[in-house]
Amino acid sequence: MSPRAASSTAGADTRRFDMLVLLALAVAVWQGLYEYAGEVAITPPLATVRYAAELLGTAGFWDHVAETVKAFVYALVISAALGVAVGMVLGLRRFAGDVAEPILVALYTIPKVTLYPVMLLIFGLGLSAKVAFGVIHGVIPVILFTLNAVKNVNPVYLRTARVLRLGQWRTATTVLAPAVTPEIITGLRVGFSLTMLGVLIGEMFASQRGLGFLIINGINSHNVRLTTAVILVVIVFAIAANTLLLALDHRLHRGAR
Amino acid sequence: MSRAARIAWWRAGVIVGAVLLLELLCRAEIISRLVLLPPSEMAATLWELLLAGEVNQHMAQTFSTVAIAFALAVVIGFLVGAAIHRLPRIRRAVDPLLASYYSIPFFVFYPLLIALFGLNTVPLIVIGFVFAMAAMVIATLNGLDRVPRVLLKTAKIHRLGRVRSVLLVTLPAAAPYLFTGLKLALAYSFIGIIAGEFILSGGGLGYSIAYAYESFDNRTMYALMLFVLLIVTVMNMALHLWEQRLLKRRSR
Repeated sequence: MSPRAASSTAGADTRRFDMLVLLALAVAVWQGLYEYAGEVAITPPLATVRYAAELLGTAGFWDHVAETVKAFVYALVISAALGVAVGMVLGLRRFAGDVAEPILVALYTIPKVTLYPVMLLIFGLGLSAKVAFGVIHGVIPVILFTLNAVKNVNPVYLRTARVLRLGQWRTATTVLAPAVTPEIITGLRVGFSLTMLGVLIGEMFASQRGLGFLIINGINSHNVRLTTAVILVVIVFAIAANTLLLALDHRLHRGAR
Repeated sequence: MSRAARIAWWRAGVIVGAVLLLELLCRAEIISRLVLLPPSEMAATLWELLLAGEVNQHMAQTFSTVAIAFALAVVIGFLVGAAIHRLPRIRRAVDPLLASYYSIPFFVFYPLLIALFGLNTVPLIVIGFVFAMAAMVIATLNGLDRVPRVLLKTAKIHRLGRVRSVLLVTLPAAAPYLFTGLKLALAYSFIGIIAGEFILSGGGLGYSIAYAYESFDNRTMYALMLFVLLIVTVMNMALHLWEQRLLKRRSR
């Protein structure tokens, strides 16, 4: 084992420890909030975990989860495919990319929540509105990351491909794709988070099912226990999924160097 | 014509073309009036609203809330980012949290904040601040990571004190990333606050849009949406221009 690998395993131990400390801190703050604000605002950590576990045991809850996951997967696939395709095209046609990029950045920064009535008017209540909401949140970061990745590919690679007389298709698959994959994964990670945010918001406003609906329903009926438990489930899922993607991201970026 | 000018013209052309296309589709009733109004009508209604001053109070509320949240997020986000940068151990622990930060729909905490602070603008400020701060923290970390070592060594050779080397070397070198943080923080404080106003609030632009939607007042709704989009775009462009000027001065 190289010395560097040895030090990194020792680092992993302290890292795990630090994360536990962070987690304990978060739980302490949560308990503190409960002590301060009381039952009307939030349920304490232990009771919430217990109730969440109870929820996870009921079939009705899994229906809502399935609904959310379905909308999320549709939205994510559309965001990823559309985002990578558009980003590739804009990255390769530099002029079009330069024209489009600031427009995309502007679109990225507008508060898309304001558009939710339009989405409802166009798509009606239900799955398609939720998916559309997820896509408008998630697709732009994927486009931007892909565009920049393709634009910033080391020109030597492309020149080498030309010297080797690779055709357009083989250049794309054997040179361009491996070169831009790490950046695209980063883009997909950001897109993943925002798509999820979009789907949940869509469910909060425009749906009768799904986790977002459960949250807003809990808020409206003052069912603090339900709201807190569902929020906990959502947050745990978001952090877990992101940690996985982040690990993949790091590995690819290290491999690229 | 220079390349930059051509790009600018094309860009303007694309935007104007998109608006005109929308106008045409609406006028030709290909898009139903129930779904979307022609942009010209949105603009006209917005003009009337602004002249009548009906929504001024809501606008003032939203803008002041955003301004406070944005300022807090930038200052505290920068300080937190700088602190975390100096403590690699904490940074490693916080990293996954920062990475998944924006997949958490923060405004679900809004009811909790109302229970904590009461039904006024404080919960909105907190939402906007919490939502925007992480962007600033991440940008600060990015910027400080990418300060070239050579510059820091040069500062050391010139025997600059800590304060002067931060002011003269570190901050200017990290500036482009800090600007990205500013832009994102602005966008996110708008997003967080308007979303909060949508969900539960008695005032502000988000509330006005939701109210117009629920009372089937499409004209007001679209006028206000247009207003929000215009304001955010204008603010972003202003930041962008400022950034360009700073960068240009630096490259000399």
